[in-house]
Amino acid sequence: MSTRSLSPVDWLTFAVPIGWLLAFLALPLVGVAALSFHDIADSIPPVAPLLTRSGAHLVLHASARGLLVVLSDPLYLTAFWNALSNAALTALGCLLVGFPIAYAIARAPEQRRNVYVLLSILPFWTSFLMRSYAWMGLIRDTGPVNSALLSLGIIKTPLVILYSPTAVLLVMVYSYLPFFVLPMYAVLEKLPTDLLSAASDLGARPLYAFRTVTLPLSLPGIISGSILVFVPAVGEYVIPELVGNSSTVMIGGILWAEFFENRDWPLAATIALVSFVALMAPPLILRRWMGQGVGARI
Amino acid sequence: MAAAGPPILSVRGLSKSFAATPVLTDVNLEVARGAIVALLGASGSGKTTLLQAIAGLVAPDAGTIVIDGQDVRDVPAHGRPVNMMFQSYALFPHLTVAGNVAYGLKARGTPREERERLVAWALELVRLEGLGSRRPDQLSGGQRQRVALARCLVMKPAVLLLDEPMAALDRRLRADVQKELKSIQRKVGATFVLVTHDQDEAMAMSDYIAVMDKGRIAQFGPPREVYERPTSMFVASFLGTINLFAGSTRESAGPQTRLVTDDGLEVVSERSVGDTAGPVIAIGVRPEKIVVAREPTGLANDFAGTVEQVSYGGTSSDVTIRLTGGRAIEATAANSAASVVASIQAGERVHVGFPGTAGIALLA
Repeated sequence: MSTRSLSPVDWLTFAVPIGWLLAFLALPLVGVAALSFHDIADSIPPVAPLLTRSGAHLVLHASARGLLVVLSDPLYLTAFWNALSNAALTALGCLLVGFPIAYAIARAPEQRRNVYVLLSILPFWTSFLMRSYAWMGLIRDTGPVNSALLSLGIIKTPLVILYSPTAVLLVMVYSYLPFFVLPMYAVLEKLPTDLLSAASDLGARPLYAFRTVTLPLSLPGIISGSILVFVPAVGEYVIPELVGNSSTVMIGGILWAEFFENRDWPLAATIALVSFVALMAPPLILRRWMGQGVGARI
Repeated sequence: MAAAGPPILSVRGLSKSFAATPVLTDVNLEVARGAIVALLGASGSGKTTLLQAIAGLVAPDAGTIVIDGQDVRDVPAHGRPVNMMFQSYALFPHLTVAGNVAYGLKARGTPREERERLVAWALELVRLEGLGSRRPDQLSGGQRQRVALARCLVMKPAVLLLDEPMAALDRRLRADVQKELKSIQRKVGATFVLVTHDQDEAMAMSDYIAVMDKGRIAQFGPPREVYERPTSMFVASFLGTINLFAGSTRESAGPQTRLVTDDGLEVVSERSVGDTAGPVIAIGVRPEKIVVAREPTGLANDFAGTVEQVSYGGTSSDVTIRLTGGRAIEATAANSAASVVASIQAGERVHVGFPGTAGIALLA
């Protein structure tokens, strides 16, 4: 065993990521946690100091009001639920749309795959707001989607898509799709074609081979893609704001409103903390499940 | 050995091109039930494509493949009564050893009890009993190969196809594995068609060798016949070492051919070229048929030369003799007490010779 001491370069490779996490994750998180216990005040910033000096004593003005409000007012729990279920549906939608795309790219001739990957992410080089407004134009009552369906006689009256949960889901799936397609493609591309030949050679029909070989082996891609979509989707507030309605109030929007409109920073900080804790759970559970591998029986 | 009766596999007039490049051209092959047939060739000779066409993984452009009496033209890979052991083994990494072996039975819908019995039988056959619950990445290369073999054997295929079965194995393991594969094949009475670029492997393992060259079968026969009686320059020089005397035919009467080389040597062969017609362009002699002596050998072919190099190889030695005309001759002889080769030194003047019956008359 070598007992070589760490060189300055070794130290740097540890120090840089750890320093980064401390400065930009741990410290702000501690700040947000502290902020959540402040009292509100009519000042700038709109919070009372946590510690005041009274003669020789330091007085702590900690308040659990934020946590109590978040846990007791159904508005917040509903918004959490809306955000979580919407993010889960978005991840599911990305899986259903993104898996075939990733699969098709991975099965394309090798020299064309990079072009297809580029094409699939090309729309995302334009502004996100631009694309969201484009969707609003497409799905509004008098938009091209409704006009086409009407003129084809498929529908008699325009479909109300815009300002509905459907619209939110539609635009969310569209916006988050690359976060699913890229990790999915990376896994599918590495899947040895030999394995499918072997499955076929052993008598597996294409669908059976897909179910018993392709799908279990692409699970790591499905899981990382879903996490990459789910986590940022929970905090999404622009899309529900633009194309949703009052039934699609989500925690991201509430957080924004508490912070900027109500100027209730402690409550906003509490919401942020609760979201953070709630979001840590699903990836950890998924990782744990993935770590156990897929069941294999005779 | 191969049993009599109709062939279990018959390939007729098979052709295949990839992007206008012919890979297989009018391939004909008959494999007897219970035989081991090696498709031997260099890379690009079409041997793997032929194997894949039999498995149904590659669609031929023309020709028919009949397996166990059934024309499999319209039968997809998953419906053919053949199984392939892939060069990479292609084991399913997410399944256990037993799960891999059971895969085909499961796909076929074999009931669980029957399946478990067959999997146990196959694992015992390849001496992997007790390792059923391991995953492929927990196995050695040799064990993985045996899982791949068991996965095929458990299906009781009409023909078992093996794509370069030894390629991924350590060189020292190969001889043992070859013997074991052969003994398993004999035990279950399976028919093997294996692809290899290794002539020693083909010789050691198979009952028949199909030497492939540029998408055609250049020669088909038992190893001894293909080695001793090659019908073409290609087969003669592809299998083993051979001393070639190329030149123009001086005289050809019955089985005897007399040929004069460019460097003026007169060489005699007393062996016919078999059923293939055409002018003899060379006479070939295997190194082990060459007699090395300090005196003239008195054989039909006898030339004087100087020993250039002696490579001692334990049981036998390889000797390079430079003839007076400048041509090099390779000779191999056992290092027995009586052998001249055992005591020969570089620089010695010697005679090399071979009887007319050792000279192989070769066509283009």
